[in-house]
Amino acid sequence: MTELNPAGTDAGTLIRLSAAQLAAKLAAREVTSVEVTQAYLDRIAQVDGGDRGINAFLHVNTEEALAVAAEVDAIRAAGGAEAEALHELAGVPIAVKDLIVTVGQPTTAGSKILEGWHSPYDATVVARLRAAKMPILGKTNLDEFAMGSSTEHSAYGPTRNPWDLDRIPGGSGGGSAAAVAAFEAPLALGTDTGGSIRQPGAVTGTVGVKPTYGSVSRYGAIAMASSLDQIGPVTRTVLDSALLHQVIGGHDPRDSTSLPEPLADLVAAARTGNVEGMRIGIIKELHGEGYQAGVENRFNDALALLKEAGAEIVEVSCPNFQYALGAYYLIMPSEASSNLAKFDGVRYGLRVLPEDGPMTIERVMGATRAAGFGDEVKRRIILGTYALSAGYYDAYYGSAQKVRTLVQRDFDAAFTVADVLISPTAPTTAFRLGEKLDDPLAMYLNDVATIPANLAGVPGLSLPGGLADEDGLPVGIQLLAPAREDARLYRVGAVLESLLEAKWGGPLLAQAPELAGSPALDTQEAK
Amino acid sequence: MAAINRDDVAHLARLAHIEMSAEELDRMAGELAVIVDSVKSVSEAAGDDVPATSHPIPLNNVFREDVVGHTFTAEQALSGAPDSIESRFKVPAILDEA
Repeated sequence: MTELNPAGTDAGTLIRLSAAQLAAKLAAREVTSVEVTQAYLDRIAQVDGGDRGINAFLHVNTEEALAVAAEVDAIRAAGGAEAEALHELAGVPIAVKDLIVTVGQPTTAGSKILEGWHSPYDATVVARLRAAKMPILGKTNLDEFAMGSSTEHSAYGPTRNPWDLDRIPGGSGGGSAAAVAAFEAPLALGTDTGGSIRQPGAVTGTVGVKPTYGSVSRYGAIAMASSLDQIGPVTRTVLDSALLHQVIGGHDPRDSTSLPEPLADLVAAARTGNVEGMRIGIIKELHGEGYQAGVENRFNDALALLKEAGAEIVEVSCPNFQYALGAYYLIMPSEASSNLAKFDGVRYGLRVLPEDGPMTIERVMGATRAAGFGDEVKRRIILGTYALSAGYYDAYYGSAQKVRTLVQRDFDAAFTVADVLISPTAPTTAFRLGEKLDDPLAMYLNDVATIPANLAGVPGLSLPGGLADEDGLPVGIQLLAPAREDARLYRVGAVLESLLEAKWGGPLLAQAPELAGSPALDTQEAK
Repeated sequence: MAAINRDDVAHLARLAHIEMSAEELDRMAGELAVIVDSVKSVSEAAGDDVPATSHPIPLNNVFREDVVGHTFTAEQALSGAPDSIESRFKVPAILDEA
C-alpha cells in the first residue's frame, strides 16, 4: 500500500491516538495500517534501545507486523464483503507480554532458561488477535516468569518508566505498560496473577484490566499460579481496554477453567458509562495507613467526582484482607513451584552440564535450573516447595486456601451493599530502580491492594487518577466488581476517566515528559 | 510454626532440583525466614469450619468430545529441546553408575 494519508496526520500525532481513534481513521481510510504500524516501529527504534532507552521490548516483530498491516490495507482498498467483515480493530497494532506464546517469535518469559525458545503453537489470545488481523509489534519485557512488581527481575534488564527513566514501570508487566505509556504501542496484552497488569498501569498512568478469572483463556500463557493467572488488556483509555477485552475474551475449549458463558457487551458499557444511583464502596482496609499521601489525595478526588456525577459512596469493611497478602505468598509460590518443574533441561530451552562429577539427569537438572532461573524465581520455588511439604502443608497451603474462602466471603458481603468497590491500585507511586531489589518483602507489599481480586477471581480495572503532589508521578485508581460483572468496571471507569480528563484538560499522558530519542536500534529482528 | 533454616533450604533446593552455592544457601535462608515469618498469621486466620478454596470460580465436569484433536508432529514437539535423537528427547544417564 502506498496510499498517502489524506488527513496529513503526522507520525507523532498518529502514535498518540487511542486505538478507538485509530480504528475509526483506518475504517474511514484516512490512514493506512502500514503507516500506523511503521510509525510505532519507528517510535520503538527511537526510544526503546540504548543506555537510557525504555527497554519495553524483548523482540520487535517488524516484518510480520508490516505484512499483516499491508494485508488489512489491501482488503480495505479492495472493498466488498471481505472489507465489511474486517474486525473493528483490524490494522491496529498491539504488543504482547513475553509470557504469552507466539508462533514466529521467540518467547522467553523474561528468563534465561527459555532464551531463544520458539513455541510450536499460539496462545488462544494470540490466535484471536490474528483472526482480528491486528499486527503484533513484538514481545514485551517482564519480571522473570511474571514474578515481581518492578520488571527488575527480568533476565534481560529492567524496563524504565517513561515518566522518570530512573524509576520502575511496575511489574510484572512493566514492558507492556511502559510500551503503551511511551507511545510505542496503542495496545498491549498483560497477565495479572497478583496485580501484574493493574500495578504497572497505576505507576505508568495507563489503564489495565484483570478480567474475571476464566473469562479470558489462559491457553498459551506460561503458567505461574494457575488458579490466579489471568490475561487482560493494557491500554491508554478505558474504551480501548473494553475493545481489546472483547477481542480476547469468551469461552475457549482448550482451557478447562474457561467460563462457558459468552462475554457481556463490554464496549457498549464503556461507551454508555453512567454512575447515577450506583453504589460505590470504599474498602476501609485498602487506603489510609501505609498509603502515600499523594495517592490518598488523588483517591479522594476521584471519590468526590463520582459523587458529583450521582454515585452513592458507601464504606465497606473487608476484615480478612489483612491475611490476603500472606495467603497469596503461600498459594502463588506453591502453584509456581509445581508449574515450573517442567523446566528441566530436557524438553525446552537451556541445558547446562555440571562442571564435574557424574553426568546424571538429576545433576543436569540441578545445574540447568541453577543457571537458568534468577533469584526471585528460586526464592518462590523454594518457598512453594516448603509450603507444600509434608508436615507444613496444612499449616501453610491449607490455611491459605481457607483464607481464600474468607476473602471471597468479604467480597460477597461488600457486594451486597455496593455495586462496585474502589481503592488506590498501589500504595505508592513508582519507586526508584534498585530501591527495593534487596528487600523481597517490601517489593511484595506493592501488591497489597491488587491481590484480593486474584484470590477471589473477581475483575479489577486500574485507571489513571492524576499525579501525586509530592513527586508528580501517576497514581492509579482501582475499581473492583463481582465475578462476571466486568461490564460494571467499564461503565464506572469510563465516567471517572471523562470527569478526570475534563479536569486535566486532556489525557494524563499528555503531561508526561517528552522522551529524548535514543540511538536507533537494530530493530529488524531482535535487539 | 518452626522457622526455616539453612538445612531446610538445602533440602528444599535438592527436592526442587536447583543447585545452590554455600553463599546462596546463606542468603536464601535469611530472606525466606523473613518471608515465612510474615505469612505465619495466615495459619491463625480461619477456624476449622472454614472450607478451603482451591479455585476461585469452580466449574465441574469439564468434558470434551472424545475425538482426536490437534497433535504436534515429533519434529514440532522436539523443536525446542536441547538434545534429541531419532524423534525422541535425548537425556543424560538416569542412573548414577559407572
